[in-house]
Amino acid sequence: MEFGLSEDQRLIEQSLRGHLADAVDLDLIRRLAADKGGFDADLWAGLCELGLPGLLVAEAHGGTGLGMLEAAVAAEALGYSAAPTPFVGACVMAPLAVSLAGGEEQRRHWLPAIAAGEVRLAVGAGALAGATGTAELSLSGAHLSGRLTGLLDGGGASHALVYLADGRAAIVALDADGVALSARPSLDRTRPLADLDLDDAEAVLLDGADDAPAVARRVLDAGRLMLAADTLGAGQCMIDQAVDYAGQRVQFERVIASYQAVKHMCAEMVANLEPCRSLVWYAAHVQDLDDEAERRVLACLAKAHLAEVGREVARTATEVHGGMGFTDLMGLHFWFKRISYDRQVLGGPERCRQDAARAQGWLAA
Amino acid sequence: MDLTYSTKHQELQAEIRAFIEAEGHRSPKFGGGRNRPDQQALDWQGLLLERGYFARTVPTEYGGHGAEPDVLETAIIADEFSRAGISPGLLDVGNLIVVPSLLDLGSEAQCARWVRPTLTGETIWCIGNSEPGSGSDMANAQTKAVAVGDDFVINGQKIWTSGAHYADMMFLLCRTEAEAPKHKGLSYLLVPMDTDGIEVRPLVTMTERPEFNETFLTDVRVPMDQIVMGRGDGWKVAIASLKHERVMLGDPNKQLQRLHGIREMMRETVIDGVAVMDLPEYRDRLLRLQAEVLAAKFHNMRLLTLHDRGEEPGIPGLIQKLYGTTLNHKLSALAIDVLGEAGLPYEPHEFGENDPATAWQIDYMYDIGLIIGGGTSQIQKNIISERGLGMPREPKAVVPPARS
Repeated sequence: MEFGLSEDQRLIEQSLRGHLADAVDLDLIRRLAADKGGFDADLWAGLCELGLPGLLVAEAHGGTGLGMLEAAVAAEALGYSAAPTPFVGACVMAPLAVSLAGGEEQRRHWLPAIAAGEVRLAVGAGALAGATGTAELSLSGAHLSGRLTGLLDGGGASHALVYLADGRAAIVALDADGVALSARPSLDRTRPLADLDLDDAEAVLLDGADDAPAVARRVLDAGRLMLAADTLGAGQCMIDQAVDYAGQRVQFERVIASYQAVKHMCAEMVANLEPCRSLVWYAAHVQDLDDEAERRVLACLAKAHLAEVGREVARTATEVHGGMGFTDLMGLHFWFKRISYDRQVLGGPERCRQDAARAQGWLAA
Repeated sequence: MDLTYSTKHQELQAEIRAFIEAEGHRSPKFGGGRNRPDQQALDWQGLLLERGYFARTVPTEYGGHGAEPDVLETAIIADEFSRAGISPGLLDVGNLIVVPSLLDLGSEAQCARWVRPTLTGETIWCIGNSEPGSGSDMANAQTKAVAVGDDFVINGQKIWTSGAHYADMMFLLCRTEAEAPKHKGLSYLLVPMDTDGIEVRPLVTMTERPEFNETFLTDVRVPMDQIVMGRGDGWKVAIASLKHERVMLGDPNKQLQRLHGIREMMRETVIDGVAVMDLPEYRDRLLRLQAEVLAAKFHNMRLLTLHDRGEEPGIPGLIQKLYGTTLNHKLSALAIDVLGEAGLPYEPHEFGENDPATAWQIDYMYDIGLIIGGGTSQIQKNIISERGLGMPREPKAVVPPARS
């Protein structure tokens, strides 16, 4: 037994973090935030070279066939650098949905294009995750109509994967007739949500799943877990920035890092966030195993717990920066908003805990 | 991440499950340990030692099982006992702090003399670290031990000595080198509690029980060879033993047991005809704590792996005491909230509690003692921020001169 990352996983982490340290800086984040599109072609191309969209795609279909732990390591790294790029929907939920629910023909058609980064899927799972927005889709033959709000990864998307309330998934091309995807001004400007209007639009219904609702839950759990990992990375970065800032800022002729009031805030953030890393790793590990209840409980608890700890870290790290943390000058708020986004999409912590309760028989079904 | 069990580990797991099935009914109630073990606890301890489920890696010549260190074996045993709600044996300061410290740093003769009776529960220890003037600042200990002939002669006062009123031995921090700088003048001595000159005065705590003591030492004589390591090495021993104490105070298996206990209580406790588990306000709190307990459990597995690889854990190794003791208190707080008014009858006894109300109320208060003891939460935060994050120490303030 080894509880931790393997040598290979650490290499993946290092190469991605190294790449992101070069490719993403505050200027890029600000430019993307101003642009509000949520997609930078150069950044995406770099991530494709590292194989991010094909991480979970089987080798036979042009991917690297890795698992959820590798994906979580990637999500953490992206969160750390507040990378303004599609990932949770486009690189995790969509390929997983097609791999698990697509028929053989569909897998052969979609997966290589997803792995190559050419087909980029926005994902609308509001119907499954307790959305507080609109999720009203109706299927007539192979045509979809209706409105779905709050899609993830709309930035730069070529297609959208949408979930019906019964757990079936369908893909629509964004350039097809009767399809309109509009970016919505969103709190996290680097990852805007999108709204989708469909008017008798041609749709490909994924047809390979024996139990579509079970697959849908699995895809949702994967998304939730990625958001937890993203918060882990973003929170760690906020702590690092806070410690760094406290070591430079001088008040009353002392760096503020020498005040216990400040040190203890930093220690509390660390003490609460560090165990989250092991929770995320374990939750990721079980996503690739057969135990459905275990998968669900761990993904939901990880999402909920990281949301709570992330909120505390985001607030405390901002406070350690004093007035500077509240201004736009340092850009700390990009991480703050990233953590808010991670908390609120695909079901907030209360909803996730309720799902976890149900999955372990603590709640009357 | 490889959480698969090898054949050897699968066999151990099956063996323990069979053992629990066959012998589990002989286990004493888990969660005692604030007093001398009774006969049932001693018998159970003997059985665990015989099977190698306790002190598994302690050398056989000292009464252990002599197994090679294997992180996973240790974890399997702890998990199976925890899951079954069975006592994992005597988790007293003797076994959790003194035995590992002696095995690491003690002489062969000291190990030969004290490890075995500590394992069996025959010898119970207390720890003499804190003094009225040195709590968090432990290295400021003023209790003096002076070499006279073949003995040390000890004079001074200790406080917060849990269990001193029933212990056989004290693991005593004292100053043997009067001229040396603060941290270099300390030594640890192994002191029998029945030595002349030791007076123990129980200190009643907020639980109404005498859980701590003040211990007065007046011309107490201890043979010179009952020193751990050499003269002036006390601070090294302290650092090593405190590490064991902090791990003990953050034990995630204890938290899992508590969580399971609260879950059962929430199913059985009914408010206005509804099981507490079906009330969302309570259930949500349970789930929040479940996530925290699981995070602690996996964090511990991560630390065990780092330990197994021989890697320095760094920050992950510094947070356990703070995280674990704080979490314990949140758990007992939920338990007493679930009990509500029924949680108010309070009848503490000297020897363990049978009614859940009293037991949880004691935990709820005792947990605060553990948040303070073994290095307060504030000290833990200093350690995390200074050693872990590299933040500077607080500058020293000048102590004002006493008013005449």
